[in-house]
Amino acid sequence: MLKDITLGQFFPGKSAIHRLDPRTKIICVMAFVVSIFVSSSFLGYGISFAFLGVCIKISGISPKTVLKSLKPLIFILIFTGILNMLYTPGRELASFWIFTITAEGIRNAVFMILRIVLLIASTSMLTYTTSPIALTDALERLLSPLKKLKVPVHEFAMMMTIALRFIPTLIEETDKIMSAQKARGADFDSGSLMDRAKALVPILVPLFVSAFRRADELATAMECRLYHGGEGRTRLNTTVMTSLDFRAFVLVGLICLASCLSGRVVSF
Amino acid sequence: MRSIVSAEDISYTYPQDENQASPAALEHVDIKIEKGEFVAVLGHNGSGKSTFAKHLNAILLPSGGAVYIDNMDTRDQSLLLAIRSRCGMVFQNPDNQLVATVVDEDVAFAPENMGLPPEEIRRRVDACLETVGMTEYRDRAPHMLSGGQKQRIAIAGVLAMEPSILVMDEPTAMLDPSGRREVMSAVLKLNREKGITVVLITHHMDEAAMAQRVIVMSRGKVALEGTPKEVFSKVDEIKSLSLLPPQTVELLWRLDKKGYSLPLDRLSVSECADTLEAFLKAKD
Repeated sequence: MLKDITLGQFFPGKSAIHRLDPRTKIICVMAFVVSIFVSSSFLGYGISFAFLGVCIKISGISPKTVLKSLKPLIFILIFTGILNMLYTPGRELASFWIFTITAEGIRNAVFMILRIVLLIASTSMLTYTTSPIALTDALERLLSPLKKLKVPVHEFAMMMTIALRFIPTLIEETDKIMSAQKARGADFDSGSLMDRAKALVPILVPLFVSAFRRADELATAMECRLYHGGEGRTRLNTTVMTSLDFRAFVLVGLICLASCLSGRVVSF
Repeated sequence: MRSIVSAEDISYTYPQDENQASPAALEHVDIKIEKGEFVAVLGHNGSGKSTFAKHLNAILLPSGGAVYIDNMDTRDQSLLLAIRSRCGMVFQNPDNQLVATVVDEDVAFAPENMGLPPEEIRRRVDACLETVGMTEYRDRAPHMLSGGQKQRIAIAGVLAMEPSILVMDEPTAMLDPSGRREVMSAVLKLNREKGITVVLITHHMDEAAMAQRVIVMSRGKVALEGTPKEVFSKVDEIKSLSLLPPQTVELLWRLDKKGYSLPLDRLSVSECADTLEAFLKAKD
């Protein structure tokens, strides 16, 4: 049952979006997210939505999957919407008890919801089209200037890689430990919340012990394979930015600019 | 000129609590291994065989004596990376040796650490996957592979350093019989076709029987040494070291005890069957 958990939700493919350098994708998504928070007109959001739609179409990922990524957020969307609607001062439309709904409030609420939807959908597109390992590598390379400030960028990236590598292994191990405990009469599915939390202790303790043992062995194995930190290390797959990446930068830049400035051209 | 692996009178004691006297894990062990040799090191749990293996690429340093790998002293810190790239090490649990989430990138880990150019890394990864017969699994995630396959990837990952010595610390202990066969045939191939010196630490007699030389360790000392035939025909000594001889030898030994006089040095089933057949025919 634990094996069903999917990680990073990467959908392999060969589309133009898949082929972009992961660094390009990270920068573009960041620029896009900034632009949707700067933008404050329906025309701007229209442009952003249209662009995102085109990206989804090109990537070949079904729009349904992208919509699914929004599902867990429905509650947050409604909650922010209502809060914005009720707590924005402005021209009063209706009021009851201590609540007042204002025109500005409704506008803010809709904007906020649109922003969150765009934020989640665009970042999901990043993880859908980029493998977790490529993302880690790209982050390491993007953040490498921070090494000069003694930020352990390589070490963080290595930790991420190892974590990604060992998650399935540890999940398998958890399954085994749970079966072993069940075979000896452990009960994980009944009783109060407190009882169930207590039942997890006999799973976590052996899991931690084994994780430490694994860490120790892995460290030795890594040293035996000449690991000595990030210094002087080269990579098998080094991505290079191509003209495709350049075009993506220009396009995303223009779209972001358009959506930010559209509020000045039209007033809605 | 020293042998490629030369452990000269080494002793080692694991660090322990102050007021507890700990027994020495290795006591004055002297082992030389020649280039291209396939040596199996046998021993009961706690015999010091793993401790010995860990001395060969400076994971442990001897407290007495010295280890030379290709004439390099393992105590010399500045030679550490050179020694480790010359002497590759494969461990028992394949899961705890693989670093990356893709087979390809895992094999590339060592050459990446060596700072080789990407084209050279690619060449080595392809060649090593080919050698262990795992080319078709290059894009898989390690956790989707069987134990034997994972261990072969681990071997490929070590081979990517292009070592001249391969030390394997019970590489088949956690594998099922088919996984063991896969790994052993890969090891034999490396030794015979690529001329890589292999040091196999094991407690499986049938694996040790494939080696050119067997060293039996007990209580931190070398107890027996010789070709598999020489070593395994000393059945009484082997039993006194709480090891079991190969089943074929055991059979012939028991028959001898009943008063027959059969040669003991028949390690393979077919050799043993031939001997028995010849014996029965002679009797008629």
